[in-house]
Amino acid sequence: MSEPIISIRNVNKEFPGVMAVDNASFDIEANEFFALLGPSGCGKTTLLRMIAGFETPTSGEIIIDGQDISHVPANQRPVNMVFQSYAVFPHMSVIDNVGYGLKVTGVPANEISTRASEALERVKLGNLANRKPDQLSGGQRQRVALARALVKRPKVLLLDEPLSALDAKLREQMQLELAHLQEDVGITFIIVTHDQDEALSMADRIAVMHEGRVDQIAAPDVLYEQPHNRFVADFIGKVNLFEGTVTGARGKTVSIDTAGLGKVQVPHAEAADGSVSLAVRPEKVRISKTAPRSKSVMGTKGRIADWAYYGDVSHMFVETEKGLRIGVIIQNETRKTVDAMDVGDIVHVYWSPEDTLLLNS
Amino acid sequence: MLEMFKRAPQGPLDYSRRLWLRFFAAAIFVLLYLPIFTLVIFSFNDSKRNVVWRGFTTKYYEKAWNNDSLIEAFVNSITIAVASTIVSTILGAMIAILLWRFRFPFKAAYEGFMALPIVIPEICMGVAMLAFFSRVTGYPTGWMWPFNLSAITAAHIAFTFPFVAIVIRARMAGFNRELEEASKDLGANEWQTFWNVIFPYMRPGVVAGALLAFTLSLDDFVITFFTSGPDTLTFPVKVYSMVRFSVTPEVNAASTILVIITVVLTLIAMRLQAPDKTEVA
Repeated sequence: MSEPIISIRNVNKEFPGVMAVDNASFDIEANEFFALLGPSGCGKTTLLRMIAGFETPTSGEIIIDGQDISHVPANQRPVNMVFQSYAVFPHMSVIDNVGYGLKVTGVPANEISTRASEALERVKLGNLANRKPDQLSGGQRQRVALARALVKRPKVLLLDEPLSALDAKLREQMQLELAHLQEDVGITFIIVTHDQDEALSMADRIAVMHEGRVDQIAAPDVLYEQPHNRFVADFIGKVNLFEGTVTGARGKTVSIDTAGLGKVQVPHAEAADGSVSLAVRPEKVRISKTAPRSKSVMGTKGRIADWAYYGDVSHMFVETEKGLRIGVIIQNETRKTVDAMDVGDIVHVYWSPEDTLLLNS
Repeated sequence: MLEMFKRAPQGPLDYSRRLWLRFFAAAIFVLLYLPIFTLVIFSFNDSKRNVVWRGFTTKYYEKAWNNDSLIEAFVNSITIAVASTIVSTILGAMIAILLWRFRFPFKAAYEGFMALPIVIPEICMGVAMLAFFSRVTGYPTGWMWPFNLSAITAAHIAFTFPFVAIVIRARMAGFNRELEEASKDLGANEWQTFWNVIFPYMRPGVVAGALLAFTLSLDDFVITFFTSGPDTLTFPVKVYSMVRFSVTPEVNAASTILVIITVVLTLIAMRLQAPDKTEVA
């Protein structure tokens, strides 16, 4: 493996009374699209701002391309940032905004104009070079902010909630565009977001943060299918959780006594004991009015309590006699799918033990 | 069909269509500006007593122009206003930045003390200035012009800079700190960031503050009265002494000129600020 472009080593950041970042240690590889994901207040923005140089770590080191930059001022770091508010300078034209970072560092005027125009072309804003920011839409302003950062040819591009101010359609489009842009320019991107869809669809690897700590770092599919703990399982996507206690283990199968599902056996590679949580994703749950034919599935019986129709999918909630509430997502595969069942119907919900995750509580 | 020609019914927030409010607004304007109009009209009155209208003349403008001590007072006023505006704008801007940017012990107390000249009765400030300049430093009489105006200028700076600081401070409250961070992120140092990013945002506040300081200085009477000597009369003080003898159209003429200067300056300042307003939106 090559040298990591960024090494975060035992980084702590303490604000009065709060541990904003608690002993973060991880590496980011060159050309990686890396996401810091977590709920608001989890420390992800603080970590990004420490990389950018707007906050100083209380302890620990941040190494960019082999150089410890913990005490290098923001304007001398080889990183650039796209701010949440875009922070496009309102009194400068688009092209002046893009050229600003070159101008203040003494790049000759003719080089500034060629590089700035090039950067604007790259974000498809070449025709708006002489506009003022107040004549641009939110999406266009964001592109200016992107071009302005990329024109500096940083080693790492930092993006702080870049899509949160855009409407849903534009956000989806920009997600794809950012991913393409990253491949195109070959710069490491670090994005901070609280939106799991954004992180899952764009990033190569995601660090899930929770109360200042990094809970898990993994590729999107690993994070979704094999979350380390309850928080990650619950935060990434939707999940049904069942509490239980381990009663025994044989080979790679663990027996668990759960309150709602009775005694079940699920495959699990590691040893487990004590109280645990069983997790299953709602789209992996099957639902039918007839009992499942296969004996190898696990599940229960209940009444459809709620039904939310989303066009392509339907979300259902099934309530069991033991008080469990199980979420199910079904594809509306045919036009008749939704007619087959109705709220109040008694149904069987079941899933394969392989799709069940065992999480330590 | 007639419905078409009827006006839409008055909405709850259509204040400008309420008759009594329109009347009220008109009354305010009349009461505010009628005295000034009277002043201007009677500056053309061909009467020494200036009580009843006796015909049109411009001779009092000529007379005012030839009144050397009035012109001298006018030049003094402008000189003091320009000098004190420059100093208090710089001082006020620096204080505004200090209060906006930094946290330090006793900041609230500092902010309160800084604004004291705004709330202290002017007469107290005038007496204090008189005592200070005559007893402590020695009155700058007998100095060469314009240095003999330095006491008045200092007094004006002392009471105008808090206004400038407050205006600029209010403007900076709306500044997006991410702009400053973006500038540094792109490689600019503190100095470049200030002049390229912070100052352009601050400018309308600076212009407004400077204008406020200028007009405050130009028409101040009380503090100036206590700090001026026999050879350092300012325009308001001179007008006051003229009025004590008789209210001639000459006084009106001189005052009209002052009104015109103020209005023109205000228009220029509004013009200067206009493009910035669209940028903010």
